[in-house]
Amino acid sequence: MISLAGRDIMHAWGKFVFTGVGLGLLIGVTLTMAGVYRGMVDDAKALLDNSGADLWVVQKDTLGPYAESSSLYDDTYRSLLSISGVARAANITYLTMQVREGGRDVRAMVVGVVSGGPGQPGQPSYLISGRQITRGHYEAVADIASGFNLGQSIQIRRNHYTVVGLTRRMVSSGGDPMVFIPLKDAQEAQFLKDNDAIVQQRRRTAENPAFNRPNVPGLLNQVIASQSTNTFVNAILVQIKPGFSAEEVAEPIRHWKRLQVYTRTQMESILVGKLIATSAKQIAMFLVILAVVSAAIVAFIIYTLTMGKIREIAVLKLIGTKNRTIAGMIMQQALGLGVIGFVVGKVAATFWAPIFPKYVLLVPGDAILGFLAVMLICVLASLLAIRAALKVDPAEAIGG
Amino acid sequence: MIRLPIKSRTLAMIAVIAPLLILFIYVALRSGPLAPVLVTVTAVENKAISPAIFGIGTLDARYTYKIGPTVAGRVKQVNVNVGDRVHAGQLLGEMEPIDLDNRIVAQEATSKRAMASVLAAEAQTQDAVARKDFAKIQAKRYEDLLTSRSVSAEAVDAKRQENKVAESSLAASNANLEAARQELARTHADRGGLSQQRTNLRLVTPVDGLVASRDVDPGTTVIAGQSVVVVIDPKSLWVNVRFEQLSAYGLQAGLAARIALRSQKGHAITGTVLRVEPFADAVTEEVLAKVVFDQLPVPLPPIGELVEVTVALAKQPSSPVIPNASVQRIDGQLGVWAIEDGDLRFAPIRIGATDLDGNVQVIEGLKAGQKVVLYSQHALKASSRIKIVKQIPGAPTSGSKP
Repeated sequence: MISLAGRDIMHAWGKFVFTGVGLGLLIGVTLTMAGVYRGMVDDAKALLDNSGADLWVVQKDTLGPYAESSSLYDDTYRSLLSISGVARAANITYLTMQVREGGRDVRAMVVGVVSGGPGQPGQPSYLISGRQITRGHYEAVADIASGFNLGQSIQIRRNHYTVVGLTRRMVSSGGDPMVFIPLKDAQEAQFLKDNDAIVQQRRRTAENPAFNRPNVPGLLNQVIASQSTNTFVNAILVQIKPGFSAEEVAEPIRHWKRLQVYTRTQMESILVGKLIATSAKQIAMFLVILAVVSAAIVAFIIYTLTMGKIREIAVLKLIGTKNRTIAGMIMQQALGLGVIGFVVGKVAATFWAPIFPKYVLLVPGDAILGFLAVMLICVLASLLAIRAALKVDPAEAIGG
Repeated sequence: MIRLPIKSRTLAMIAVIAPLLILFIYVALRSGPLAPVLVTVTAVENKAISPAIFGIGTLDARYTYKIGPTVAGRVKQVNVNVGDRVHAGQLLGEMEPIDLDNRIVAQEATSKRAMASVLAAEAQTQDAVARKDFAKIQAKRYEDLLTSRSVSAEAVDAKRQENKVAESSLAASNANLEAARQELARTHADRGGLSQQRTNLRLVTPVDGLVASRDVDPGTTVIAGQSVVVVIDPKSLWVNVRFEQLSAYGLQAGLAARIALRSQKGHAITGTVLRVEPFADAVTEEVLAKVVFDQLPVPLPPIGELVEVTVALAKQPSSPVIPNASVQRIDGQLGVWAIEDGDLRFAPIRIGATDLDGNVQVIEGLKAGQKVVLYSQHALKASSRIKIVKQIPGAPTSGSKP
């Protein structure tokens, strides 16, 4: 028994393959859109993974440090260390800003980390080149997405930092690359104004008779000095000891220290549910429309392919071919088209995903789901076509 | 011949489909969860590392002389400008004396008057002495005459009384003289005091040095203790350095330091740790130390300039050393991903000293020659499939030390 579908495909294989490729590109776009959505969620999770924290301690009544601004005194971590179940606690600051390098500037999330040796919470957990920060000042570890290179000198506010290490996938929830710098520098960078503003501020203070008192020499200098210090951090990352549950440690901190504490699950729901909620929904909406449009196009293609062969089908019916054989031929062709489309789509999506400026995460689950959906759509579309084909009058073959 | 077109069609079909399938399989295996994680590997080395600590500080003068008046007043003149070299004892400026000079003249006049008073009192005393001598002789003479009964007893008594009066008058004159002398001494002392005050209005530097700041100009009224001119001793320049407490272990006086001025980026000057302050900064969690230059830079850098100081600590004995990029913390445990027979194993380690180039001493957990993961494309798990590469794609050449 010869394969009717195979023979038919072979008859016009170029048309068949090109239709499949076209379909594949459309499926590729749909898969990529799903990848964009997944990437967005993954960026948010990467932020949490990279911090290496079990608990985030932030200012009371805030959703900090990522979704809202939060500030804590930088010595609060000492009192947290005394809470039972706390293994390590480290200050951290986050500030999204432009980082300058040569003539260009890159939008980056500047993270201030305690340079207390390897494995401290907040430090980049793995590198792809260079080394971790060892000096307490003016060194930086940058994400590769920032385009910075080892040994380069980058400028944050008015200080210059040497890039000593590079990481990968260390991004903010918005997908901006992270630049890790020592905490003290970051604290300064957060509040440090430009030199003009500082000079003007000094002049303003000097004009104030309350601070510039002739009979108290030195007062003005002290006041000015106190204006340019910053003893705040955005959050404290806490790692808990083995054997303690996150909530077990979080509760005493909330109760006794009167600070807000988030566990990993809570933080994830804040990031995914609040911070990226609307943009993720936007993408999800687009994904749904794209999927529906793709399904419609697949269905139409199969329908028109079949309709293009309506005369041949009439001939088949005329020579007494069974309905089942005709239906089988159409369905096999539809499924073949679907398989080619899926393969092309998957390959295309995989190859163009890394070119995207933001992270595109292609999840195998999505691919499998996509494959099943494509097959289902093909089956449904071919049913429509089969119905039309079976209704055709064999007389058309000769009548026309 | 008839079958050939069909065969070539099939061939063409295969030519299209087969590469597509191969590509698909490649894609499925090389991306997603089935793909191996690319890692680079380094061997644990046995070497001696030289730890160092790094801090920043500001350039300071050890001795700063704030020269100003001891009483409130108006500045009459300032003779020096910022940057001038001055010598000990040099007059830098002067305060307005107001009426002080006139008071000195008045005091001189008073003094002269007192001197005249002394002379007058001395003359009076001489006069009194003469009178007393005469009265004494007269009294003696009358007493002699009384023995020969040539004068009356009353006359003798009168002479005796005159003698007594003359004696008293002499005593009074002596007292007057003493008073006049004391008055003279007082006016002299007053005059001296005024001169001292006058000298005090002169602003004089106690040391050889450099004028660092000229805070006020002539005509300005300053209060007691406010500085008019600040003189520093440039030879006493030192660096007030702050070291992060976390990495300050081993810091002590006498260690060699490399001082890099912000204005001379990349050019380090040698120095020595002079002392580590007994008080650390409790708020900023920093250890404070003073570092002096072995040789003062010329020209003198400005006071207050930011400097970076690297202090070299004693060389550690040779021990297994790994780069800090390979150290991970998994489930609260510090360790590295060791490669054993091509498989990953998390090896817990205890680390010791670190140096500024990112080398970490391993005290426990690793032996020299063992292979550990240095860089990885993703975070690793024990079940991760790995592929060892020379360098992670996209990353620049590893190992370049900035």
